[in-house]
Amino acid sequence: MPREFTPKVVTANALIEGDVVYQTEDDQWTRHLSEAEVITDEAHAQLRQIHAEAQTETVVGVYLADVAPGADGPTPTHFREEFRRTGPSNYPHGKQAELTDV
Amino acid sequence: MYDYTEFDAAFVAERNRQFRAQVERRLSGTLTEDEFKPLRLMNGLYLQLHAYMLRVAIPYGTLNSGQMRQLAYLAERWDKGYGHFTTRQNIQYNWPSLRDVPDMLDSLAEVNMHAIQTSGNTIRNVTADHFAGAAADELADPRPVAELIRQWSTDHPEFQFLPRKFKIGITGSPNDRAVTRAHDIGLQIVEQNGELGYRVIVGGGLGRTPMIGKVLNDFVTQDDLLPYLEAVVSVWNLLGRRDNKYKSRIKITVHEHGIDDIRARVDERFAMIRPTFTGIDTQLFDEVKAAFAAPAFKAAPTALHETAYQNDPIYRAWCDTNLAEHHAPGYAIVQISLKAHGATPGDATADQMRVMADLAEFYGHDELRISHEQNVILPHVHKSDLPAIHDILKRYGLATANIGLVSDIIACPGMDYCALATARSIPIAQQIATRFDELKLEHEIGDLKIKISGCINACGHHHVGHIGILGLDRAGVENYQITLGGDHTEAAEIGQRTGPGFSADEIIPAVERLVHAYLAHREGPQEPFLQTYRRLGMAPFKAALYDEAQAYAAE
Repeated sequence: MPREFTPKVVTANALIEGDVVYQTEDDQWTRHLSEAEVITDEAHAQLRQIHAEAQTETVVGVYLADVAPGADGPTPTHFREEFRRTGPSNYPHGKQAELTDV
Repeated sequence: MYDYTEFDAAFVAERNRQFRAQVERRLSGTLTEDEFKPLRLMNGLYLQLHAYMLRVAIPYGTLNSGQMRQLAYLAERWDKGYGHFTTRQNIQYNWPSLRDVPDMLDSLAEVNMHAIQTSGNTIRNVTADHFAGAAADELADPRPVAELIRQWSTDHPEFQFLPRKFKIGITGSPNDRAVTRAHDIGLQIVEQNGELGYRVIVGGGLGRTPMIGKVLNDFVTQDDLLPYLEAVVSVWNLLGRRDNKYKSRIKITVHEHGIDDIRARVDERFAMIRPTFTGIDTQLFDEVKAAFAAPAFKAAPTALHETAYQNDPIYRAWCDTNLAEHHAPGYAIVQISLKAHGATPGDATADQMRVMADLAEFYGHDELRISHEQNVILPHVHKSDLPAIHDILKRYGLATANIGLVSDIIACPGMDYCALATARSIPIAQQIATRFDELKLEHEIGDLKIKISGCINACGHHHVGHIGILGLDRAGVENYQITLGGDHTEAAEIGQRTGPGFSADEIIPAVERLVHAYLAHREGPQEPFLQTYRRLGMAPFKAALYDEAQAYAAE
């Protein structure tokens, strides 16, 4: 039996700054996970990933990351993605220093 | 200090010019990421978890004050005001923008620095004893030969696409402070019949399959050294496993073929290539050696130091832990701790870098060293200047008296920064350091090396920590395995796993229990942790880790 498809977002790093970014439903890249498109269908996820990977002048390292959908948008289900969403835990650097709604 | 020649400077400038063009082509879309990635890696530029990371080479950990100030400038101008000194004696900047990196490299070139071969499957930055040229126990300064190897290996046409990265570490002292036995090649300067030469150790390394290096040759003369090294790397370049990344390092090649087979192949290759080395390398070595001449040491009274030592307990504690014996009378080696309790191990702010540069310039013959233990060294300080240095260090949070103690922890960047990491290292190091500072036991415990890695690649050298901690991902949760009995010195040993790992919440109390077990079982303060462990074995420590934990859980 195929493994159940868990909700995902398309994520990558911005080409110039290296910042963690997420793909939105309207084909933009956002620094806010809360604005990311949550994908629940595997075939759709593959298409969205292919679409993202083609944007080599904007982003690098595209992949699908697991999330849990919630009322305030998706949240990470793994601690690695939590650090990517916020920034390092030893300094208030990265997105946690620049964004207020993560 | 070695000063770049016109050739060196032109070489670096040309590489920077090439890289600037490559970045422009990447940004304009002419180069794809697949095409660009190997080019950026050749210039020390990684893409990590949150940003790019630029790794700058500090060959054999040696810097002058001008170079340190330039590192501070880069930290402020293009990063977040600090840099991270690594176990490879390099510095890493965690937040540069891709667009700025060519300017950063040009800025480094102004002070004879670069990021070439700090990444990629090539011979990496050569490391050396951080007390080189100063240590009382030194047979010879290892830096000239490290510089010779740097020149030989930089852009060596045969060694740009090796099976995997290749690391060389050198010590000039019998007391190994360069972890030579955990390098692909470790070199130890030795004396035979009045002649200095090299013991060549091969096939050491940590990571997924930790191994202690084996002696390939007990004595290689200075004249034969480069052709011999070339023969070793050349043999591995042919034999090394390119089919499996995890089996590609020379330690696996040595293990699979056996040291005798490797020796025979190296000897054969050496005989073939030796005649092609016509003596220019020896001539060059003599020139390089002259650049590392000892500074003019002064003869002066040391009463200021002695008075302060008698009257100021804080100064005395700092002297007792942070100074090392210098070969020149009246001099000391000052170790500046980058491990203030609760701070990120190895990080220095731009201000701190400038202060250390000033101290080196005014009091230390313009020399600094970076240790593989992520601290900074002033190698040549007259004892009369120590009280003044200590006062200044205190003002900048650099006077922590903990070198070699429980809070002097090596920690890799871990999952806070590194794309390869499977768990965090830094907060564990911070919490251990803070906890033992609260307990006020640090000086009572004495010599204890804790080393932490955030993944199996072992950048934090956990295998050779007296207490090693390896962070892993266990079903989506950070989990920390403990090893005991590792040793990074000339008596190098790989630590043994104690048993199941601990969660992030459990690991600090677990380390505390280990240390209390040591204090309970040691024969006295003169018996350090490692010695107690070797005398008693794992059992009492295992009991402290697991039986006590169960007892607490049952309560």
